[in-house]
Amino acid sequence: MIQNSLQALGHSTLNAFSRTGRATLFLLGVLPSLWAALVRLPLLIKQLYNVGVQTLSIILVAGVFVGMVLALQSYIVLVDFGAEESISLMVSLSILRELGPVFTGLLFAGRAGSALTAEIGLMKSTEQLSGMEMMAVDPMKYVMAPRFMAGLISVPLLTIIFMAIAILGGYYVSTEMLGQDGGVFWSQMHAKVDFYEDVMNGIIKSLVFGFVIVWIAVFEGYDCVPTSEGLGQATTRTVVHSSLAVLGLDFILTAIMFAS
Amino acid sequence: MSFSRGSRKIFDNLNMDIERGKVTAIMGPSGTGKTTLLKLIGGQLKPDTGSILVDGENVHQLGKRALYDLRQRTMGMLFQSGALLTDLSVYDNVAFPLREHTKLTESGIRHLVLLKLNAVGLRGARSLMPNELSGGMARRVALARAIALDPAMIMYDEPFTGQDPISMGVLVKLIRDLNHALDLTSVVVSHDVAETASISDYIYLIAEGRVVEQGTPDALGKSHSGWVDQFMNGLADGPVPFQYPAPPLVDELMQVGP
Amino acid sequence: MSTRTIEILVGLFIAGAVAAMFMLSLKVSNLSSYTSDEGYKVTASFDNIGGLKVRSPVNAGGVKVGQVSNISYDDKRYEAVVTLDIDSKYKFPKDTAASIMTAGLLGEQYVGLDPGGDEEYLANGDHITLTQPALVLEQVIGQFLYSKAQEKDK
Repeated sequence: MIQNSLQALGHSTLNAFSRTGRATLFLLGVLPSLWAALVRLPLLIKQLYNVGVQTLSIILVAGVFVGMVLALQSYIVLVDFGAEESISLMVSLSILRELGPVFTGLLFAGRAGSALTAEIGLMKSTEQLSGMEMMAVDPMKYVMAPRFMAGLISVPLLTIIFMAIAILGGYYVSTEMLGQDGGVFWSQMHAKVDFYEDVMNGIIKSLVFGFVIVWIAVFEGYDCVPTSEGLGQATTRTVVHSSLAVLGLDFILTAIMFAS
Repeated sequence: MSFSRGSRKIFDNLNMDIERGKVTAIMGPSGTGKTTLLKLIGGQLKPDTGSILVDGENVHQLGKRALYDLRQRTMGMLFQSGALLTDLSVYDNVAFPLREHTKLTESGIRHLVLLKLNAVGLRGARSLMPNELSGGMARRVALARAIALDPAMIMYDEPFTGQDPISMGVLVKLIRDLNHALDLTSVVVSHDVAETASISDYIYLIAEGRVVEQGTPDALGKSHSGWVDQFMNGLADGPVPFQYPAPPLVDELMQVGP
Repeated sequence: MSTRTIEILVGLFIAGAVAAMFMLSLKVSNLSSYTSDEGYKVTASFDNIGGLKVRSPVNAGGVKVGQVSNISYDDKRYEAVVTLDIDSKYKFPKDTAASIMTAGLLGEQYVGLDPGGDEEYLANGDHITLTQPALVLEQVIGQFLYSKAQEKDK
């Protein structure tokens, strides 16, 4: 019994290592082809639509609600200290530093990441990737690079939109529902929120998250077992691994950026 | 050449010569790795020992750019499922290799696409999407795409599998006519004996990783080998036994328990 | 979806992100006060800067007039040298005093400018000589305990 479990553990650990190795080799294969994505603009635009524009709706809705909830919860805590005026600060700093990049990352992984994996996995199982190779078209340049690039561009943009709309949601709740003064809201924020420390750090986080999510998503599609079961497993892996990666990297980046 | 997948030896010192301008068939039981053979020829897989030469060039010693160049010049491949790009229309699928590899204007491309589609009889279907096509039609579109750049050789991976008699007849006619009209070298991998034998100039029978028998369709029909006879004529029992290995039936019925 | 529609939507997406970026940088954060490159730099030396950081505010009369752009240590005179970027629309006399203060009881630290009466103004590259170091909490507590102990002895 124990021997079996140990064997299984060893097996999955080795599997994990080999998968990581394959993923890295894959990345090294895609990176040189990324310039191809910028050259074939129509492909890139199509992927920006698939990956960016189509995630926009969920980002907008989530952003508004997160901002509104955050304002409510901050108020409840701050009112006991007589510090309701700091509500805009609590909302904005939480959104800019943490919730913006992390929420966007998780939502993107679920919506666009799984779609990328499914699409590429399907292309693999219907031999479209093979077919391209035989037609002397490099699937790295035609399929992988545009999607990779679209992810890298979209995630920071989506994060910025999330941040803005969440803060606006917080503003709405603070002024309309909680009776705070609009002018105080913006001026408190303006004085204390630092562009480099808060906004740019949040955007840097989103760049890192975007890179990792799109790497995992495209790799899992490329590497999947070309059966319907294999495809299902691959999309699940994309969502789970990307989400965990986002949360783990968030901790590391926060420690690096905000430790002082 | 020899090729193994993991510990399983798929090809063991396989030796074949595919003649230019002729239709060569590669046949054998399911699972002998016939599709793998096409991937080896196309350079997608690498043999463990030995070499594969296409148009005088050793496929696996070429760098990436040279390999892609060789593929563009010499190889067209018809996959079992057609492998059409699902987000492009029939027209755009056939135009794909032309747009990627040539600098033709759109009107020049249009002429070529229409001609290729006409050759396979699907010129009128050019605005359809791949998911609107039947299996047979998808394969014909894929064939039009495969000949778009006028390659020297076309490889057909199980072209007849799962087709109704009419589609089968269409494909058979196309493979034979295109081979003659365009002076192609055709390599047909299949286990549909009757159809394949009817259009082939030469046949290789592969089983257990090596060439079991080779020759013209007539020569194979007259072969003395029991196995070849069983394969070519579709006999249920022979050197490949009907019964999975088991103890004698009488013994098993007389026993108590499983 | 036609290619044209897709292109338009992608364009709107990117435009929306740019607009959001503007909002974040100008309305939400203090970027606009950075981009005024019209400022002048003066230095001030302190025995102890406490918790002062780069980009800490420089205030006069409670109003932000600039920020700290550099902190270094002079190991010949053994003091900390702080560079202050002051907005060019504010002029301070040459004998202005700079002290390191704390906002609130345990808040963040900033440089407070107390203007003097000199007729000449600080210019780019000048050095403020009158400075007061930060109050380090441990020192204050130590002083308090020491004075308490002294009282007991009497």
